[in-house]
Amino acid sequence: MNLLTEPVGLTHYLVVGAVMFVTGAVCMATKRNALGVLMGIELVLNGANLNFVAFSSPYLRGSSVFLGLDGQLIALFVIVLAAAEAAVALAITLNFYNNHATVDVDEADRLKG
Amino acid sequence: MNPESVLPALLGLAWLLPLASFAIIVLLGRRLGKEGVLASYVATSAILSGFVLSAIAMLVWLGSAPAPEEHHEDESHASSTVDAPLVVRAQDAGEEHAAPVDAEHDDHAAEHGEEDHHAGHHAEPPRSYSGDWYLLGEFGDLRISIGYYVDALTVTMFCMVTFIATCIHFYAVGYMHDELHDVDDHEVTLEDGGHLHRRGRFHRFFQYLSLFCFSMLGIVIAGNIAMVFVFWELVGVCSYFLIGFYFERHSASCAANKAFIVNRVGDFGMIIGLMALWGSLGTFSFGDWTDSEGNQQAGIFSQVRPEENEYQLRTPDGMVRAAASEEVAQIVAETGDLEASETAIAEQIPEWRDGPEHYGYALLVIAGLGIFCGCVGKSAQFPLHVWLPDAMEGPTPVSALVHSATMVAAGVYLVGRFFPVFTPEVLLAIAYIGAITLFIAATIAIVATDIKRVLAYSTVSQLGYMMLALGIGGWVAGMFHLITHAFFKSLLFMGSGSVIHACHTNEMTKMGGLRHKMPWTAYTMLVGCLAIIGAGIPFVIGFSGYYSKDAIIEQALSFTNENPAHRILFLAAAGGAAITAFYMFRLWFMTFAGPPRDERVYEHAHESPKVMYLPLVVLSVFAIGVGWQLPGLPSLAGNTGLLEQARPAGTLANVEGGAWLPELTIPDEHLSHVKEIKIPATLIAFSTALGGVFFAAVFYGWRLLDPEDARRQFFPVHRFLLHKWWFDELYEIIFIRPAHVVARLAAGVDKNAFDRLIDGTATFVRGVSDQVDRSIDRPVVDGLANKLAQWTYSLGLGLRVAQTGSIRQYVMFIVVGTAALFLLVSFFWNPTWAGN
Repeated sequence: MNLLTEPVGLTHYLVVGAVMFVTGAVCMATKRNALGVLMGIELVLNGANLNFVAFSSPYLRGSSVFLGLDGQLIALFVIVLAAAEAAVALAITLNFYNNHATVDVDEADRLKG
Repeated sequence: MNPESVLPALLGLAWLLPLASFAIIVLLGRRLGKEGVLASYVATSAILSGFVLSAIAMLVWLGSAPAPEEHHEDESHASSTVDAPLVVRAQDAGEEHAAPVDAEHDDHAAEHGEEDHHAGHHAEPPRSYSGDWYLLGEFGDLRISIGYYVDALTVTMFCMVTFIATCIHFYAVGYMHDELHDVDDHEVTLEDGGHLHRRGRFHRFFQYLSLFCFSMLGIVIAGNIAMVFVFWELVGVCSYFLIGFYFERHSASCAANKAFIVNRVGDFGMIIGLMALWGSLGTFSFGDWTDSEGNQQAGIFSQVRPEENEYQLRTPDGMVRAAASEEVAQIVAETGDLEASETAIAEQIPEWRDGPEHYGYALLVIAGLGIFCGCVGKSAQFPLHVWLPDAMEGPTPVSALVHSATMVAAGVYLVGRFFPVFTPEVLLAIAYIGAITLFIAATIAIVATDIKRVLAYSTVSQLGYMMLALGIGGWVAGMFHLITHAFFKSLLFMGSGSVIHACHTNEMTKMGGLRHKMPWTAYTMLVGCLAIIGAGIPFVIGFSGYYSKDAIIEQALSFTNENPAHRILFLAAAGGAAITAFYMFRLWFMTFAGPPRDERVYEHAHESPKVMYLPLVVLSVFAIGVGWQLPGLPSLAGNTGLLEQARPAGTLANVEGGAWLPELTIPDEHLSHVKEIKIPATLIAFSTALGGVFFAAVFYGWRLLDPEDARRQFFPVHRFLLHKWWFDELYEIIFIRPAHVVARLAAGVDKNAFDRLIDGTATFVRGVSDQVDRSIDRPVVDGLANKLAQWTYSLGLGLRVAQTGSIRQYVMFIVVGTAALFLLVSFFWNPTWAGN
């Protein structure tokens, strides 16, 4: 199956979501800047969101079975969660910067065992 | 009104009220008012209501009595009234209820005047009501219940006890007043030389008084001998508490112990008597009772004096069978059939009973002596009289109530109650014990100088009189003296308490002339003294003691006429009367007459408060009049008339000896009232008393002779009497020292053998446990726990490395971990796990 010749369907959405997820995860694992890490988190969350929305759409699934609005609802819920998380994380980052004059996460190893 | 149900209810309530008061005071104690002052109100109102109920019971009794056809105004039976106004109403009631005269209730008071004293046809048992309130338990034959036995004696005793107790409660409110505050007890010296300072114990005194009244009334109302025994012991315990009221004083705690232990000796005999009775008769009950199947069962009295024997004493079948057990076994073995052997045995019983061996008679004597033994302890008879004088350590109201009027009367009461069971031999023993007691105690009272001890010995002596009277067949005389004595002895004790309250000393050698300071006390006590010596105008009128004591001396004379060999009993009674007169007036003269011996005491003395001397006045009225037969009243309403109604069946006849003493004759009590005996007896009693008073006046009143001279003259005698016949020292040597030696031996064995053994065991066990500790506990149990902890610790140390603190690394772990998980699952996933 060649995705490039197929009409846009569920699989394409899933591929885009997987790319976003992996990009986000790599971003989180490699960025030393805390803001970069936060951006990675957004990517991961939205990659997951894309999956929920895609699976929830009967059109994309090519089936007439309606599974309800659960997928969309969870996507909305994740968006709200991401907003809250971003607010808290940015506040932590700002405070960290105030105390250490840097936002390098490698510097933040005070809790190591 | 049906007396059969009303009387037990009334008396039962009167009996339980003090218990309620006791319970209230025990539970609330000091919280009753300030320092428990309300306790006296609770106790006094309980006993006062008890008296009212008893008086109503007396009315019911008299009201339901069969009216006498006519009564002979026999002077010797000029009887008293318990309470004059009550009796007046009683008479009305008597007339109202005269119609349903119960033919079977013989009227003894009417009968006694008849000519045929010898008839022995005193054929009806006294009117009595008995029954059970509550069955405590039934174990085979053993039946233990709370029951009642109500006859004229019970009712009379109830009135007497509750009345005197009421007076004494009032008196005690005044006397114990000091106990409302903190008390400095000057008779207790502490180690640092100071005096004991303690809180007052006002409520506790009344709490014990209430318990005591409950117990005493319990003895009187008891329907079976087991119940009597229970209350007997309760009375003993109350006495112990009250004697030891000032328990911080060494002398008081010793006296309490002495009273308790001496009473135990008597009670031991009583238990033997109880066993003899129950083992052979199978019942404790006095009266007849109905068992659960509706069969009529004979009580002790009707077994000992069965109706078919005209209520004469006969060894009961049960005792005969118990004594002839060998013969019974033989008959059973011969016939081999239980039913047949039962009839054979029943045929044999009269033969065994009346045969030369008198089977069972010994058992009857043992039962009688055993019961009497208990009475000896409680009534302080020789040889157990030693506790009563020491019991004067208690507060004076206690001495008045417990140790003169009621508790010690319990012994005499029980002898009177058990009179039908006593064989002539036992009666003779009782008479001798009584005579010895009355003489010994009277002689000791001559030299005692402690005012309360004089009265204590006088009590012992008067109790001896009562025992003597009962022993020689004077049932009514003895019981009558019990009643009159209660009145004047409580009067005397309360008077002495008033004196002690004023002088703060018991020693008569420091008193004198007090009649100017405290006239109420002095003259009420004079009344008491006159009553106790039996003063009166011969054949005309006298104080209460005149009637009761003369009745005893008449019976003694009558007995001596029949049995010249026992002359000594009469001599003791007559001589005792002289000595009584002497020491009573010695007491009065030393205390109240002449110039004061100690100015300081005299200056300090004052009349007691009203609440204390008013009871004295009330009691002195009764001490004068309780023996009177008020004109216009039926004789059965008087005191002897009442008691005659309770006279045990079959005792109004000459008793011609027992099985072992055939020559002994116990004369009919009514024979002692004939002219030939009455006149000399009265004259003897009068002249001896007069002689006693005269000598007392010579020595202590007019002081013509110096008692000091007499003391020197009779130095050995005086010393002998002063040491109370060396009884305490004798008992010290015979009983106490050996007991101490045995105790020390036992303690030695205890220390050297038992303690060593126990110590050794303990050491051994400790050694073993040390070993276990060292070899098992530490290496195995502790080691295991320590090892585990170590492992956990090192595991933690190892895992610490993983916590690098680097976020990026954590993310890597998560990602790689999740990917690994997915890989694993995708390799090993089996679709059947999900159910497809």
